[in-house]
Amino acid sequence: MFVMILFYAFSAVLIAAALAVITTRNPVYSALCLVLAFFTSAAIWLLIEVEFLALVLVLVYVGAVMVLFLFVVMMLDVEVEQARGGFTRYAWLGWLTALVVILELVGVYASHRFGADAGAVPAPTPEGYSNTHELGTLLYTDYVYAFELAAVLLLVAIVAAIALTMRKRAGLKVQDIAKQVAVRREDRVRLVKMDAEKRG
Amino acid sequence: MITLGHMLTLSAVLFAISVAGIFLNRKNVILLLMCIELLLLGANFNFVAFSRYLDDISGQVFVFFVLTVAAAESAIGLAILVVLFRHRHSINVDDLDTLKG
Repeated sequence: MFVMILFYAFSAVLIAAALAVITTRNPVYSALCLVLAFFTSAAIWLLIEVEFLALVLVLVYVGAVMVLFLFVVMMLDVEVEQARGGFTRYAWLGWLTALVVILELVGVYASHRFGADAGAVPAPTPEGYSNTHELGTLLYTDYVYAFELAAVLLLVAIVAAIALTMRKRAGLKVQDIAKQVAVRREDRVRLVKMDAEKRG
Repeated sequence: MITLGHMLTLSAVLFAISVAGIFLNRKNVILLLMCIELLLLGANFNFVAFSRYLDDISGQVFVFFVLTVAAAESAIGLAILVVLFRHRHSINVDDLDTLKG
């Protein structure tokens, strides 16, 4: 019973946060509401005992991705009004699409396959059971090839992101170490032979 | 107790809200990227729910990979956005039509 109250409370917060993400006028508030949505999602995942992914969601999304979003939002300095122009023109289409999507999905779920009686509530995991251990065992045996591919994908993403945003600015004073090391005495010093002059 | 139907309905609502968000915020690329993140979260809810209620942990491995791909996608998307803003001084989708024939 208590779990249900928690579930409904977290669901309400999650849906409110999601609505706030798409309706607030300021992108910074949107990003912060998205952080709230990820936190409540992690809480709901903890409620159904998916512990490792809940922690990963907080660490990866809130800790890395959303910080990246906030950095970019604050760095770009976009005029809010200009960016949100035409907000209402297609709003009805958006809400209509959302309604259709909800009706379709709930219609599928309410059918006999996914109804409230289907998918019996799993027993609470026994004491000493480690979700992380189970997941790691599967990840490093059956899915090890996909895991390595994911690692390569992340590496490619890092290289791509850096290569895209790197730029050479003109007029910037920087040291060129290779040039400094390769310099010879003849390049810099010029010995001049001349007669001694009388001091005037 | 929380049943499969509860989780699936919640994920459907989340998915629908983010689809509506893509329509509402179609001018601002940053908000479009945020809506896509929310969309992926709604999809992940389905994976997690089925993984738990059908007692097959492979679904959680899949969520792991979805998170990886989403992180890579948002990193590259934001990098493109920064470069774009440097060139055009705008992230309005309507201004990004120089490739049109």
